Amino acid sequence: MKPIVIALGLLGALIPCYAESEIRLNETIKLPPEIRGEEIAVLTDPPSVPPPITRRYSTKVVVKLEVIEKVMRMSDGVDYTFWTFGGCVPGKFIRVRQGDFVEFHLMNHPTSKMPHNIDLHAVTGQGGGAAASFTAPGHSSTFSFRVLNPGLYIYHCAVAPVGMHVANGMYGLIYVEPEEGLPKVDREFYVVQGDFYTKGRNGEQGLQPFDMEKAIDEKPDYVVFNGSVGAMVGDKAMTAKKGETVRVFFGNGGPNLSSSFHVIGEIFDKVYVEGGTKMINQNVQTTMVPAGGSAILEFKCEVPGTLILVDHALTRAFNKGAIGMIKVAGDSEPSTYSGKIDDMVYLPEGGTPQTMPQEGKPLAAATNKTERMDRGKNVFAANCLACHQAEGQGIPAAFPPLAKSDFLNADVDRAIGAVVHGLTGEITVNGNKFNSVMPALALNDEDTANVLTFVLNSWDNKGAEVQPEDVAKVRAEKK
Amino acid sequence: MIHRVLLLFGCLLAVAPAEVPMVRIEGGSYARPLEKSGQTRQVATFSLDVRQVTNAEYLAFVTEHPEWRRSRVNRLFADESYLRHWTGDSELGPLAAPEAPVTNVSWFAARAFLKVQGKRLPTLDEWEFVARADERQIDATGDPEFRKHILAWYSKPAPEVLPAADTMPANLYGVRGLHGLVWEWTSNFVASMSGGESRSDGSPDGPLFCGGAATDPNKAVEYADFMRVALRSSLQGTFCLGGLGFRGAKDAPAPIEPKP
Repeated sequence: MKPIVIALGLLGALIPCYAESEIRLNETIKLPPEIRGEEIAVLTDPPSVPPPITRRYSTKVVVKLEVIEKVMRMSDGVDYTFWTFGGCVPGKFIRVRQGDFVEFHLMNHPTSKMPHNIDLHAVTGQGGGAAASFTAPGHSSTFSFRVLNPGLYIYHCAVAPVGMHVANGMYGLIYVEPEEGLPKVDREFYVVQGDFYTKGRNGEQGLQPFDMEKAIDEKPDYVVFNGSVGAMVGDKAMTAKKGETVRVFFGNGGPNLSSSFHVIGEIFDKVYVEGGTKMINQNVQTTMVPAGGSAILEFKCEVPGTLILVDHALTRAFNKGAIGMIKVAGDSEPSTYSGKIDDMVYLPEGGTPQTMPQEGKPLAAATNKTERMDRGKNVFAANCLACHQAEGQGIPAAFPPLAKSDFLNADVDRAIGAVVHGLTGEITVNGNKFNSVMPALALNDEDTANVLTFVLNSWDNKGAEVQPEDVAKVRAEKK
Repeated sequence: MIHRVLLLFGCLLAVAPAEVPMVRIEGGSYARPLEKSGQTRQVATFSLDVRQVTNAEYLAFVTEHPEWRRSRVNRLFADESYLRHWTGDSELGPLAAPEAPVTNVSWFAARAFLKVQGKRLPTLDEWEFVARADERQIDATGDPEFRKHILAWYSKPAPEVLPAADTMPANLYGVRGLHGLVWEWTSNFVASMSGGESRSDGSPDGPLFCGGAATDPNKAVEYADFMRVALRSSLQGTFCLGGLGFRGAKDAPAPIEPKP
């Protein structure tokens, strides 16, 4: 009985490699003579890309990639247990040259819960290396392959349930540089989109576990570039200078959504369609990148500004996180793009000052504060209420409150200015920051005085009275 | 110093519980997601340890059986990670709480431990059968809350120091910690690789890869099962993993033949 059980155990030792015969490495693989030398692959975290390959021959490249399961930031206050190739999402960028012989070492960290493997779409062979690299926690596997086809390829984990491993961030890009290389550019970036499914809704705080039902229904809470909301915005934005050429190696890890990849404020001069090398489309606005697919995008930064990377399926960009930035520094280039030159009231009827539609004949000027307030209330309802709300409470993060507003009460002339000239940019109201645009309102001095008097005497504000002459004075100070 | 260690050691030996308590599991049948729909697996009545074997218990074992000490174990039976979280041969240290399940033990080591106690590892079917129970039902696999509970653990990294084995909640049978603490060895963990010999789809690796779940959409949601299969498939008998422990099982006593 016992020998049988042991034999069974030993059999078990062999079966995990069932799909392929066991190959003992290098010594037994006779490399073709054109493979010269050996080097260790340079691997980079997103959004960095390893330097272009300058050698003009094939070599043996050793890639060492470690799988780590770790808690990282998904969004502000939201953490997630990512399963990673190399400690980052997407995993490390791998760059090799067409014809290279790759010796791949996949290490699974001892603290991992799961076995993992890697299926590289750049591999010609069973499962893209999946079965050969199937590795228990605390172990490592080695396999090798020859990169026969150039192009930009996704790699990902393919252990069941595959969708979950990928949904936890197990994907990255391997770029097989064509023998002749690509044209030189000034900047190269690495961006991968992915969709994430969390138990809590978008923004729900704390460590969020994976939600299987949402994944099966393909209803992600997060759709992000490079593994988290805001991974490439603000201080973490990618940077370039005016006049430089940029190449983006873009992949879509999925697991489920396709990406309508677009860069606001640029046109792709070139798109290597689907990450291939033959089809180069030119002058493209938005390129479709399927889950498990890629594209190489090139453009020249002709003007300074902030380029916004989005999935142009726009609620993903504005509600689920699919936004990144490239900040282009340099002097403005008005002959290419002027920026805003002027902001004027649009007058469809012609050049006379616009009057807000009013029933019947114009009212005579208000004679006292009460009258001013009554009329101002109507002006408010017609012009201001939609944003500032019926009780002047505003809308958090979008439209500042007028009720009990420190910003409003502090400076009445400034308040007049906001109405007659508009107000743009960041302001702080009652301790909250707002950054939006209030258009200049086409109200005459009388209506402006009325509405401001109404506002200043409502909702616990301090109660100043604004006269039409005050408005005229501020209006005259324009610019 | 040496005396103190010895004294401590003696105490440990004296207090180490002889055996993990067991409960009787009434046999039955269950369906595995990786089997074709409608097929079930039979499980005979047996006994199962209510919790995993602990570091303290395993320390007592290696003390009596020095051939299983970390420094002396035969590499044919346990890889380099064997008991790596212990401080020394007979010292648990800060990473191995005495009452926490022992991990970093190979399949061979687990069997040797249990043999001394007249026990064995549970079979894969026995383990899976009991693991289907929650606090109220024998088979809770269809219950989304049960599924979520299990998945939540799978998607969390293991803590550096595991909690005590007997602090885990008990299921209907009184068995603790089948989910949410560590993976566990089964006697025939190898069997999960083929996904069941009675399958007729002719593709042994099918269930482990993408296609497996898709062939039977009714079962595609049992991600937890897929993950256990994947983990078991990645193992070899000598492997020692930080998140892999074991518990004992026993055949039920043979039924007394009614006299004619």
